[in-house]
Amino acid sequence: MFNLSSINYPVFLIMETLQEIGNQASGFWQLRLYVAGQTPKSIKAFANLKKICEEHLNGQYHIEVIDLLENPQLAKGDKIVAIPTLVRKLPPPLKQIIGDLSNTEKVLVGLDLRRETEQI
Amino acid sequence: MSKTTLAKNQLRKCPTGIKGLDEITDGGLPLGRTTLICGTAGCGKTLMGIEFLVRGILDYSESGVFMAFEETAAELTQNVASLGWDLDELTATEKLSIDYVYIDPQEIEETGDYDLEALFIRLGSAIDAIGAKRVVLDTVEVLFSGLSNTAIVRAELRRLFRWLKTKGVTAIVTGEKGENSLTRYGIEEYVSDCVIRLDHRLYEDISTRKLQIVKYRGSSHGTNDYPFLINSDGITVLPITSVGLDHTVTHERISSGIERLDTMLGGEGYFRGSSILITGTAGTGKTTLAAHFAEATCRRGERCLYFAFEEAPQQIIRNMQSVGINLPEFVNQGLLRYQARRPTAYGLEMHLVQIHSLIQEFQPTVVIIDPMSNLTMGGTLLQAKAFLFRLIDLLKSQQITVFLTNLIQGGMPVEQTEIGVSSLMDTWLEVRFVESNGERNRVFFILKSRGMEHSNQVRELKLTKQGVELVDVYLGEGMVLTGTARRIQEEKEKAVNLTRKQEFERKRRDFARQKAIIQSQITALQAQLEREEEDIEQMMQQEQSHQDNLQQNRVAIAQLRQADLIQGNE
Repeated sequence: MFNLSSINYPVFLIMETLQEIGNQASGFWQLRLYVAGQTPKSIKAFANLKKICEEHLNGQYHIEVIDLLENPQLAKGDKIVAIPTLVRKLPPPLKQIIGDLSNTEKVLVGLDLRRETEQI
Repeated sequence: MSKTTLAKNQLRKCPTGIKGLDEITDGGLPLGRTTLICGTAGCGKTLMGIEFLVRGILDYSESGVFMAFEETAAELTQNVASLGWDLDELTATEKLSIDYVYIDPQEIEETGDYDLEALFIRLGSAIDAIGAKRVVLDTVEVLFSGLSNTAIVRAELRRLFRWLKTKGVTAIVTGEKGENSLTRYGIEEYVSDCVIRLDHRLYEDISTRKLQIVKYRGSSHGTNDYPFLINSDGITVLPITSVGLDHTVTHERISSGIERLDTMLGGEGYFRGSSILITGTAGTGKTTLAAHFAEATCRRGERCLYFAFEEAPQQIIRNMQSVGINLPEFVNQGLLRYQARRPTAYGLEMHLVQIHSLIQEFQPTVVIIDPMSNLTMGGTLLQAKAFLFRLIDLLKSQQITVFLTNLIQGGMPVEQTEIGVSSLMDTWLEVRFVESNGERNRVFFILKSRGMEHSNQVRELKLTKQGVELVDVYLGEGMVLTGTARRIQEEKEKAVNLTRKQEFERKRRDFARQKAIIQSQITALQAQLEREEEDIEQMMQQEQSHQDNLQQNRVAIAQLRQADLIQGNE
């Protein structure tokens, strides 16, 4: 399990698994997770995200964690209101998923990894 | 002394700088606390928020943060540019910070627990960046429609308002009016200090904006519905009830513009700061009397504000030139200003706000309302009456003389105003038509004039090329006559006088002749008398000479006889 507390803030980039960046944009997932300090919600969200990415993105992803306590001005750019917020920068369109990402199904739908219609 | 202790105990206020609002709230919004402004769409919530910030920057050197949930910074800037506020410049000089919070439920997926810390951080960093003292959140309720977990939104809003207090900023949050509550999502629950409701009401197709302070914890405040106006200067709230009956009065008199009328009013004209009403049927010259007064005011170098509710200013100016009153020169000098509005253009309250703000701006010493009888068109009779009460109180409190004309409908009882405000008037003049001998003539009289000697005489009002002329009516032989009848009577009297004069002349001449005759008779008698006297004289002389002769004869005889006795007798 990844331990968030061991990571050095402010902005840190996690190039967890950067296996050959896909030539197609749609094949590569650039994700940004906004947090505000190490709150239980943030830690939980990161853990959930990590798990989902591991399971579904097959290494074709890049997670950027931004702590707004350190860089408050960054909140405006991605129109962040809630904490934690996951922003899918790539592939387009821009998507926001707010919350601790505890509902894996919803995250997958939000990331367009699974269509809701398929589930039914 | 008591005032300072009171001020110390009282809640500290943050002046909004919005005209009138600070008077109603007794100094402004609660300092360091959050105020809720709620109301229907388009009632001016956002504008009030922006004005609060702009006035804070311009008048009180307090910078502000505007967090917009509905409009972008560019849209806001554009919307208030017409009011002369350059938000771009204020932003560039770091006095104002606008943060547009965009929440699109289409783009957002929610899963699990979250909070709105990012919003707090955004707001917090904006406040810290410019050292803001004032914050506006417009309209924070958008969060409810943007986010599905209302429980979280509620909890976070509650936290937000608490947090704003700890930041020490004076904040305004706006909220859309709900079905049965002040706001759609009931956020008034979280704002406990001050709640202001804005309203946009229609009465008989005429709209009026109203403001009410629903709640103001720890402070006295006006509880009425106050009309407010959005014009080129922003928001103006009219604190109507702040006007009382304790205004100062003056003994100064000002001319009515008609010399003869001044004479009738104790020789000096109206009191400054008094209310003058002129009633009369159509076409009796009420506007002309008003124009005379306006002209006299401007001639003294004072400013006169003329509210024309019936005629266009150009028309009044043209018509007045026909009676020799030249108003354009005063208009050009900026001493006379016309404000022409149909009474139905908007509600009476709005008229009052308009008049109020115009008076503040123009600072006139005389206000003319021509005619006031039309005002009932803009509201009910009761409203019109209340309007005039407040207007007259307002003007009197500033020692502004108000001149009102009132049209009396044909067939209506005279000496009565439709609106029934004659008791408010200090001076009441009336012009009436008197119909006789196939013509109509205007008679003028003073019904009352408080605090001064005034004539009880009826005068005839004549409109000449030199303006209004008040002439004496024919009085005598138990009749009051005007117009041609007066002229005829005067001519008649002249003729009678002439005859009498001729008669007298004749008698005088007769006497002279008689006198001459008698004189001549006297002369003749005198002559006769003289002749008589002459005769007597002659007779006496003859007698004497006869006597003398006799004596001489006797002496001669005696000598001849040589008588001694006769000698002894001698």
